Amino acid sequence: MATRITDSFNKAKSEGRGAFVAYLTMGYPTLEASVQAADDLIAGGADVLELGVPFSDPFADGAVIRSAAYKALENGVNLDKVLEAASQIRAKHPTTGLVLFTYYNVIFSKGLETFAAEAEKVGIDAVLSVDLPLEERDELIDVLKPHGISYIPLIAPNTPLSRVIKSAEGLENSFLYIITVKGITGERKELPADLAGHLDEIRAAVKLPIAAGFGISTKAQAEIVSQHADGFVVGTALVRRLGEKGKLEGDILP
Amino acid sequence: MKKGHYGIYGGQYVAETLMKPLNELAEAYEEAIKDPAFLAEFHQILKDYVGRESPITYAKRLSEHLGGAKILLKREDLNHTGAHKVNNTIGQALLARRMGKKRLIAETGAGMHGVATATVAALLGLPCTVYMGAIDVARQAPNVQRMKMLGATVVAVEEGSATLKDAMNEALRDWVTNVDETFYVIGTVAGPYPYPAMVREFQSVIGKEARAQVLEKYGKLPDQAIACIGGGSNAMGLFAGFIDDKDVKLVGVEAGGQGIHTGQHAASINGGRVGVLHGSKTYLIQTDEGNIIDTYSVSAGLDYPGVGPEHAYLADTGRAEYPVINDDEAINAFDMLCRFEGIIPALESSHAIAEAIKRAPTLPKDAIILVNLSGRGDKDMDNIMKYKSSHGMA
Repeated sequence: MATRITDSFNKAKSEGRGAFVAYLTMGYPTLEASVQAADDLIAGGADVLELGVPFSDPFADGAVIRSAAYKALENGVNLDKVLEAASQIRAKHPTTGLVLFTYYNVIFSKGLETFAAEAEKVGIDAVLSVDLPLEERDELIDVLKPHGISYIPLIAPNTPLSRVIKSAEGLENSFLYIITVKGITGERKELPADLAGHLDEIRAAVKLPIAAGFGISTKAQAEIVSQHADGFVVGTALVRRLGEKGKLEGDILP
Repeated sequence: MKKGHYGIYGGQYVAETLMKPLNELAEAYEEAIKDPAFLAEFHQILKDYVGRESPITYAKRLSEHLGGAKILLKREDLNHTGAHKVNNTIGQALLARRMGKKRLIAETGAGMHGVATATVAALLGLPCTVYMGAIDVARQAPNVQRMKMLGATVVAVEEGSATLKDAMNEALRDWVTNVDETFYVIGTVAGPYPYPAMVREFQSVIGKEARAQVLEKYGKLPDQAIACIGGGSNAMGLFAGFIDDKDVKLVGVEAGGQGIHTGQHAASINGGRVGVLHGSKTYLIQTDEGNIIDTYSVSAGLDYPGVGPEHAYLADTGRAEYPVINDDEAINAFDMLCRFEGIIPALESSHAIAEAIKRAPTLPKDAIILVNLSGRGDKDMDNIMKYKSSHGMA
């Protein structure tokens, strides 16, 4: 198994900062713009990229990422095209962690084995599926593993600690994606008051690095979160700015 | 079989935030259906408020006209609110109250489940929000008015295809955001465990009653039990009474719309393939790339791109058969039931009638076909008039 995700978190740690995990809805506003944004994000400090594959029924997403997904679908973007784009990104950025981020039906529909073989070929490190909890994930993980591809579990604010520990079991080259709020993706002015304690508790219980996401959009928020987590995820804010300007200009995190 | 799975189907394919409430719901449900006090209250409300048990009507003139098997109708259309949906919403609302939830949410397509949820919300004094695709809001205006009269908030969902699946997406977003105080009342045998099992259980009153009624009156079980399938709750409720009676043929009728070959249909088992949506693995109408396709049927209540996972399993194992009835056949069956029996059926139920009309002449006179008349057709008047005038039938 590759170690790019582990290496990315280790590198950030050695530099005394949290790893920057950046999410893109691939194909929004165009697939070319997404590939360009990947370059810009990596140049601007992103350690791991989450490449979002659009799905017709994005029931866990807020308005910004949903409309980005609908637009990407209109642009004819699908799993195969995202894998192609991933291969271009991988060619230029050999050490960046690449996570394929989607809803399970998109992968299931392609066929798990075919998907895993192609994802391995283009250099995907791990998969994150929004609707594949602990109870169901083995059917995918068992197919990904022989191809050296890992899985990123989501942890919710109401996930009991015993379940957090189980979710981390058996995974390498991965991190726990800690959802900071109950609800859907989107920017929030304030992070929840009990977030620090929640992150500390999880961090003490597992060996995998943890990254907090949902609602993080500014450098200040990222710095606060990084005191209690090994990394932070920014999604909606990037997608929104890409939609407005067509590219990421100026500071990656305002 | 793993709990909540039906062969390879079913499961709990949901966002992590919903796992805790789903586990709590499963636990509360499993306890409640073993609690005599809960069951007593459920059945008392079904009797005093819904008007159960619903009768079995022998469709004598229709049967004689067709010249074959006796067609019997299980009259869920006579329930309070006009369809079988209320059996389930009462069960779930009682469970919501038992769990201390403060608010009900629901998705609805044709509006029947929305009305049934708004009704029990009023009965138990709980606030209620119903999500409905904007296109359905426009084409089912009378049901929107009924929900509002009953005190529910109706939210028109504008995005995606603006139909039932998008309403369900929005209801899931509401639930994940307001998960602590909210109970999500799902209207069919779909969704993650425990919903398919729970909705089946609350609807099983249909099949249990029907079995006893037919046996008492005719001294034998029906040869075939037929119901229409959107998500499949009225069919699962009927099948539940007969699933162990191996000689009773179970028949679930899918909506063929303008014909499966046209792509304009809602027949997930016949015209779809296996996938994962809204919490369970089942047959879905989808593109080669796994995106969900908008469905079509003259009957809004059958217009859903998936089907309950237990139906997917019964189809694969052959315990139930799943034929297709197209719009024109359903409309013809609607007319025949009106004229021969003085009963105006819902367009959904007309699909089941149409299948019975096909089968009856091929069976001997002592054979019995039991049809679940899942709802009444008052809500469909506008759509039927429109269909007829656009097809030169008016």
